[in-house]
Amino acid sequence: MNRRENFTAGFIRENPVFSLYLGICSTLAISTSLNNAIGMGVAVIVVLILSNVLISALRKITPNEIRIPVYIVVIAALVKIIQMVIKAYAPSLDTALGVFIPLIVVNCIILGRAEAFASKNGIFDSALDGLGMGLGYMFALIVMSSIRQILATGILSFSNPFNIEQTIFSIKIIPEDYIISLFSQPFGAFCTFALLAAAVAGYKNYKVNKAKAAAKEAK
Amino acid sequence: MELFTLFITAVLINNVVLNQFLGMCPFMGVSKKSSSAVGMGAAVTFVVVAASIVTYVLYKLVLDPLNIQYMDLLTFILVIAALVQLTEMIIKKTSPSLYKALGVYLPLITTNCVVLNVALENIKQGFDFVQMLTYSFAIPIGFTLVLYIFSTIRERLDAAKTPLAFKGNPIALIVAGIMALAFSGLAGLV
Repeated sequence: MNRRENFTAGFIRENPVFSLYLGICSTLAISTSLNNAIGMGVAVIVVLILSNVLISALRKITPNEIRIPVYIVVIAALVKIIQMVIKAYAPSLDTALGVFIPLIVVNCIILGRAEAFASKNGIFDSALDGLGMGLGYMFALIVMSSIRQILATGILSFSNPFNIEQTIFSIKIIPEDYIISLFSQPFGAFCTFALLAAAVAGYKNYKVNKAKAAAKEAK
Repeated sequence: MELFTLFITAVLINNVVLNQFLGMCPFMGVSKKSSSAVGMGAAVTFVVVAASIVTYVLYKLVLDPLNIQYMDLLTFILVIAALVQLTEMIIKKTSPSLYKALGVYLPLITTNCVVLNVALENIKQGFDFVQMLTYSFAIPIGFTLVLYIFSTIRERLDAAKTPLAFKGNPIALIVAGIMALAFSGLAGLV
């Protein structure tokens, strides 16, 4: 697999959230607004790139038996740093995301990529893989939170995370009488996620069937 | 009475899976058979209670006096990883069949957000020792309850006719959504 394929695999085909079912907890919980999605996405991307780079750099001197504890310590230290940075510079984001920032430590995507990719590949490739997978995760978060925010409040808005007063954009899409506030509740989270996952599965099935039909015709 | 309210709130109203969305991986992964769901629930209960006691004591007796509270994440995750390893060894010795059924999800309890969340929440809410025990027992009970109900529904779901794209996880997620809706009806209980 070349670098470009590696990088783009994270979006649809191997999307960590909708197709591999990794990191669902945070996806379901914080996808109530676009602000949360982007904040969380950026935090995860930063942690994922840094952890992939560090683990890849340490891969030759890490004994095989204790590699998981080593990964976890590296990830926990990085997450604590990110948590402190967010608390200092974007306190509103810190309150909105709450416990889900420290819980990045146990986000399966990060440990999964460390074990599956960074422990076997070079530093540059690992950083690229971290960026690709992280963008795939953020893409999933943005899609889900946009749908939920529009259906639940009728407005799609984004405000500066460092200064909550400053709104960057705010578009009214659905009139107030037609909003479905249920979508900000857990039920909305599960249903939106199920429909999106079914869409990805359907797309994959379609591709497989098409490939099969093409193979049949070639015969 | 206060402890009872705390218990009921943690089990039913603010359920860890359906309201806080924690522990989704084992919730989706081990819910295909009700027997392994109960085993997983028991393992998680043991790990959560043990991890809560150890992390709480460590935080109050070591991190707090030394003023190094920022080491909480690192300490907690190491304690949890060690305890999961211990549980794995115990289950392997006592019940090989359960060990096989739980498979990869057993070591994954380390990365089960429930455990770390309870450890962090105990500190953040400022619980005393008894409240901490009640809370860290109630949360995995709520997890086990929902996991068991969900697994019995999924056993029936296998026989049902579902559209191809919804087969497996997507339809299970819809079921989880409907369960969340049902559980939100309990909100007026306390």
